[in-house]
Amino acid sequence: MLRTLAAALLAATAALALSPAQAADIKPAILFDNGGKFDKSFNEGVWNGAQAFSKATGVEVRDFEPQNDSQREQALRTFARRGNDPILAVGFSQASSVAAVAKDFPKTHFMIIDGVVDAPNVQSILFHEEQGSYLAGVMAAMASKTGKVGFVGGMDIPLIRRFACGYAQGAKSVNPKEQVFENMTGTTGAAWNDPVRGGELAKSQMEQGADVVFAAAGATGLGVYQAATDAGKLAIGVDSNQNYLHPGHMLTSMVKRVDIATQKAFTDAKAGTFTPGITVLGLKQGGVGVAIDQYNQSLVTPEMKARVEQAASDIKDGKVDVHDYMTDNKCPM
Amino acid sequence: MSGGAAPLPWWIDYALLPLANLALALLVAGLLVLATGQSPLTAVAAMAQGAFGSGEAVGYTLYYATDMIFAGLAVAVAFHGGLFNIGVEGQAYISGLGVALVCLYLDALPVWLVAPLAVAAAALFGAGWAAVPAWLQARRGSHIVITTIMFNFIAYALMEWLIVNVLIKRGQMAPETRGFNGGGLLPGLDRFLPLAPTPLNPAFAVALACLLLVWLLIWHTRWGYALRVVGASPRAAVYAGIRPARLVIQAMLLSGALGGGIAFNEVMGAQHKLLIGFTGGYGFTGIAVALMGRNHPFGVLLAAVLFGALYQGGAELAFDMPSMSSDLVVAVQGLVILFTGGLGLMLRPAFVRAFGRS
Repeated sequence: MLRTLAAALLAATAALALSPAQAADIKPAILFDNGGKFDKSFNEGVWNGAQAFSKATGVEVRDFEPQNDSQREQALRTFARRGNDPILAVGFSQASSVAAVAKDFPKTHFMIIDGVVDAPNVQSILFHEEQGSYLAGVMAAMASKTGKVGFVGGMDIPLIRRFACGYAQGAKSVNPKEQVFENMTGTTGAAWNDPVRGGELAKSQMEQGADVVFAAAGATGLGVYQAATDAGKLAIGVDSNQNYLHPGHMLTSMVKRVDIATQKAFTDAKAGTFTPGITVLGLKQGGVGVAIDQYNQSLVTPEMKARVEQAASDIKDGKVDVHDYMTDNKCPM
Repeated sequence: MSGGAAPLPWWIDYALLPLANLALALLVAGLLVLATGQSPLTAVAAMAQGAFGSGEAVGYTLYYATDMIFAGLAVAVAFHGGLFNIGVEGQAYISGLGVALVCLYLDALPVWLVAPLAVAAAALFGAGWAAVPAWLQARRGSHIVITTIMFNFIAYALMEWLIVNVLIKRGQMAPETRGFNGGGLLPGLDRFLPLAPTPLNPAFAVALACLLLVWLLIWHTRWGYALRVVGASPRAAVYAGIRPARLVIQAMLLSGALGGGIAFNEVMGAQHKLLIGFTGGYGFTGIAVALMGRNHPFGVLLAAVLFGALYQGGAELAFDMPSMSSDLVVAVQGLVILFTGGLGLMLRPAFVRAFGRS
């Protein structure tokens, strides 16, 4: 009896002695945005990236989905206090919370996607959404038979107008007379999670003649895709590859590789090569693009594919400069 | 409800009965947690630890409880006049506008001057938003439940428009005002007392003062007596020479003003800026708080601390048990509201049989 106890104690001490070695491992954590972890789009992309990281390294990733806005800062603080490092905040609306908490925990590393926080311990990850949206616009205009395409945005903010503007530029590069309808779902965070209204907006655009609708609206987009599918029209997904949602009706998805960004950010942090400052991921870095897979193969003609590849290489080479709405809050289209 | 209205010693009504309801709620919630393959005991322990386990936890719990006290009192005061004010959420939201305007434009003044002004603005805006439904109820007989619910939606729309189009800090995407400076910043209580840094702020003291004042007002003044008579029987009140219409309006104004306390705590005390949806549903939770607290300030205090603990403990639960989905946490919170608020009187007849004095 005593011997077993002693053995158990010994084992316990050994486990304790071992733990500092494990403590050297990082304890990453994610604070999701309002759409929720499983929005099949933006947040879920981040989650998939984190899962890939966990699978590759065996490191567990913690996460939290805030129920209201006041929980954001509290959650970041709780993560930091519990020794989680690095802490990834998803979405532009977390910027002020990250700025406040990063100041109070200068030794903890923070990352924010879609927002900019200027602090020595924060990495801000941005994307050239206008470039990927341009390619989506090219495909939309080529697939459209009516010469009219639609765009449904989530919350009316410069970031989403950047999607819309890139999309319009792409569509008009194919057909200068292409008509682009543009609607935003709302002006508050609720606009990311309103599939019913998304569907209504898509329907009204299709009634005006649009036969391809691109949604950049988080979970609201699910309603847009459903409406387009029901009407026998085409839709374009966003952020994650959403082609599988309605095979045969999803022309493509404008993928914003938050999954790759997440995985890379965590991997870098693990390797000790965390870099503060702004990281911008565009076509060149593989941060954005259009998804072609088994679900939309039949919709993508060889000409379409060639044209998109051409446009992509032109953008990469700088031959085509896609205007970024956020530089001057204007769209030339 | 046989035996439901029979008198019971006050400690049974305000303490033992709610506790029994809570135990029942936790039992059902425990079964729910068990059904998802997790240990309910671990979950309860994690929640309790998260709500009271450290100075920080207590601070957050009391900070949430502050909102619950204001909301619970607002509902309770109206209830004594026989009014069901479902519009506390909207009244608090509009109060946020008052607080924000004071903090944005008068922040050159010292905080000891700005804070009372902000409290006054919160009370004024909240009462103002309650005034129209109150008048409609008192003079036109429009049902207060319907009008206050509708006024919530008007408040949402108005505030969203104001924040997104007028008050937003230019050049940013998040719909919120700039952060307050100088006198607009209500310091946390940790600056005065040896506490962990949390959003707990002097609004908590204001809430406690309101508890005392409401108790004095309802049970120790002529006005409070008249209000309770109106609540119990408007026709008896008229017979006794009380004018119900006037009391209805006054009670609703007071209710709206108390709801404004949420805005003071959130906007000036915790967030230091005005943002969309800062009321976070506290106004609605206030209904459950008032029901559970039997519309008595002491009961409201206990219920408010319980709901504060649920909010804070629930948030911590998500950190301690990552496999527990956030929806399950919401479900547990909902069960407690159901049993302590909605089914609050279910066990009372049994207690009357056990403890009743004939």
